[in-house]
Amino acid sequence: MLDRPRLYWQCRRGMLELDILLQGFLDTKFDALAVAEQHAFVELLDYPDAILLEYMLGRMIPTDPRIANVVTQIRTPVES
Amino acid sequence: MHGVNHMTIPIRKFDTLVIGAGGGGLRAALQLAQADANVAVVSKVFPTRSHTVAAQGGMNAALANVLPDNWHWHMYDTVKGGDFLGDQDAIEYMCHAAPRLVVELEHIGVPFSRLDNGKIYQRPFGGQSQNFGGAQAARTCAAADRTGHAILHALYQQNIRAKTHFFDEYFAIDLIKDDEGYILGALVLEIETGEPLIIQAKTTLIATGGAGQLFRTNTNARINTGDGMAMALRAGIPVQDMEFFQFHPTGIAGKGMLISEAVRGEGGYLVNGNGERFMERYAPNAKDLASRDVVSRAVATEIHEGRGCGVNKDHILLKVDHLGSEVIRKRLPGIRDMVMTFLNIDPIDAPIPIFPTAHYTMGGIPTNRFGQVVVPQQQGAEEPVPGLYAVGECACVSVHGANRLGGNSLLDIVVFGRAAGNHIIEYLKENRYSRVASQCSIDAAVAHLARWDQRGSPMGSGASSETVDGLRNELKAIMDHYCGVFRTEDVLRAGLDKMLKIEQRLQNVYLRDHSKVFNTARIEAFELENLVELALATVASALARRESRGAHMRMDHPQRDDVKWLKHSLFFKGGMLDYKPVRMKPLTVEGFSPKPRVY
Repeated sequence: MLDRPRLYWQCRRGMLELDILLQGFLDTKFDALAVAEQHAFVELLDYPDAILLEYMLGRMIPTDPRIANVVTQIRTPVES
Repeated sequence: MHGVNHMTIPIRKFDTLVIGAGGGGLRAALQLAQADANVAVVSKVFPTRSHTVAAQGGMNAALANVLPDNWHWHMYDTVKGGDFLGDQDAIEYMCHAAPRLVVELEHIGVPFSRLDNGKIYQRPFGGQSQNFGGAQAARTCAAADRTGHAILHALYQQNIRAKTHFFDEYFAIDLIKDDEGYILGALVLEIETGEPLIIQAKTTLIATGGAGQLFRTNTNARINTGDGMAMALRAGIPVQDMEFFQFHPTGIAGKGMLISEAVRGEGGYLVNGNGERFMERYAPNAKDLASRDVVSRAVATEIHEGRGCGVNKDHILLKVDHLGSEVIRKRLPGIRDMVMTFLNIDPIDAPIPIFPTAHYTMGGIPTNRFGQVVVPQQQGAEEPVPGLYAVGECACVSVHGANRLGGNSLLDIVVFGRAAGNHIIEYLKENRYSRVASQCSIDAAVAHLARWDQRGSPMGSGASSETVDGLRNELKAIMDHYCGVFRTEDVLRAGLDKMLKIEQRLQNVYLRDHSKVFNTARIEAFELENLVELALATVASALARRESRGAHMRMDHPQRDDVKWLKHSLFFKGGMLDYKPVRMKPLTVEGFSPKPRVY
C-alpha cells in the first residue's frame, strides 16, 4: 500500500522544476500506473535532485529500464 | 479533532537547535558538531532536498586564479551592487574570508572545476570588476553547474560523520523563550506522525531560506515559504529590508523557471501584444541586452499599460524562432529542453511566454556579522537577542544590500554559517547551564499549533468556502500584480489593502482533514500563515520607501535618495515600521561612500 500523502511530501524538492513535474505527475497520472510502475516512481524519488533534473530535462537517461520508463511518462506533457 | 496538552509533549534537549538544513544551517551545524556541541538539525524536507541544490552558478572568492583579483575589489563590487545599502563591516568580513572558505569546502569534498594548471577554475559573472570598477574580473568558483548540490551533499555527509542529530521531515512552529527573553529552542511537529515535540536548546539558529513563494511567478522551490522569518516576527523580532526582492526579467510565464540571458545574447528579442520590439523604446542602445532591472521594468510596464500578450494580456513573448533550428539546437539546447518540457512548445517554432520572476529575498531577520539576531533598543542602539542566530537567505546581515550579486549567495551561507557556529561555541562556553522556558511561551506555541485543529469543521454546512490553496493563490497573484517590479504609491497602497483583507480572510480558512499522520494540508496551512505575515511586511516596507534603490524600483520616485533613505527598514508584526542606519564603516579599510551606480 503506497502512502499517498507521504509521496506528496516526497515530491517536494529543492528545485521548482522538480516540484512542478513530480507533483503534477502524482496528481494527474500516478493513479493510472501499473503497480510495478508506481513502485518505480517511488524509487525514482530517492534519487538526488541534481540527477533528477538531468533526467527530467532529457539530458540523461536512467540505465534502469523501469526508472527510464517512468521518467518518459513524467516527461510526456499533460494537456492543460 | 484532537487537542494538544503541553504537559504531554515530549522534550528533547540539545546545545543548539538548527532550523533548516540548507547550506547555511549545515555549515553552522558542522562547525558546532566538530567542536563536540550536541546539535539538532530540524528540516521539513530531507536535508539534501533543500533549496541550496538549485544554486548552479557558483561562489565568489578573490583567488586570482584566472585574472588578477583582490578581496577589496570584491568588497567594492558587493557594496556597489547592493546600491550602498549593504553593511560594510559584514561585507568586508565576507569578502576577506571567501578564499579560505573555498579551500575549506574543497577539503571536505566539493569538486571545484579546475584549470589546466591544477588551480580552481573561476568564471566571470555580471557585476565583477578589477581595481574598483575597472575591467571584468573572474571571481566565481564552480563545481560544473552543480555547485549548490555539491556543497550541500558534502556538508550533509560531514555532518553525518560528526554525529549531528537530524530530525528529518519535522516542521518548526514557533520559538520558545524564558522570562528574560533568552531563546531556548522551538516547538516542532513531526510531519509523519503529526505529534509535537519541544526541542529545548541553549542556542537556536534559524536557517530556513528565502520566501520566493510569496510570488506567483518565482524561481524558488515550493518549500521556500519563509517559515523562519515569520517565526521571528511572531517572537517580536522585526524583519529587515523586505522591500528588496530580486527579480529576473525572463521567467516562464505562469510557472517561473528561469530562461537564461543567453537566449537574448544569441539574438532572441522581446515583443509585446502588438508585435512590437518594445525594448528599443526603453534602452535604444542595449535594447534586449539591457541590465536585468531595466528589462524587468520594461516588461512589467508593457503589461501594466495593456500591451501584454495572450487572451489575458498577462505576459510578453520572447522570440527565438528567427534564429533558425540549427542555431537553437546548437547554442541553446538546455533552454530548448526546458521550454519543451514545461510548455510543450518547441522554441524553434513558437515564441516563449515570459514574465519577470521573483528570485531572491535580500531582506530577512536582522543579524550582525556573527550571525546573532539583533533588535533595536532604546536610543537607537541594537542588542543581540540572547541565544538566537540566523544565517543565509532568511537573514539580513546585510551583505547584499538592495541587490545581490551573482555568486554571493553561496558565499554568504558558508561564511556566516561558519561565523555563527564559532560564535555559538563561545556562547555555549559562557552559558553552560540550561535555562527554563517560560510556561507562557510554551503555551503560546502550543495554542498556535492547536489553532488549525480547532478551526472549522470537516462537514459543517455553514462553513466558509475559503481554502488554503485558494487563499495562497490569491496572495501570490496580489504580490505579482501589486508588489512585483512595477511599484507606485497607488499600486502598493492597493496591494496593502488587499493583503490586509487576505489576513482577515485567513481566519475563515478551515481544514477538511484533521488526521494526524502525514497531514500535509496542515503543514501547508502553517506555511500560508507564514506567507501572509511576510507579504504584509514586504508590501508595507515597499510602500513606505519612496525612492528607487537596487531591486526596489518606484516608478513615482525613480531616483535613489541617500539623504532620506540610506537606511535599513524594520517591519514589526502588527505593521509598525522603524529604521536603522547602514553600517558604512568597514573593519579595517576605508568605507565606500555612495555614488551613482553605473555599469
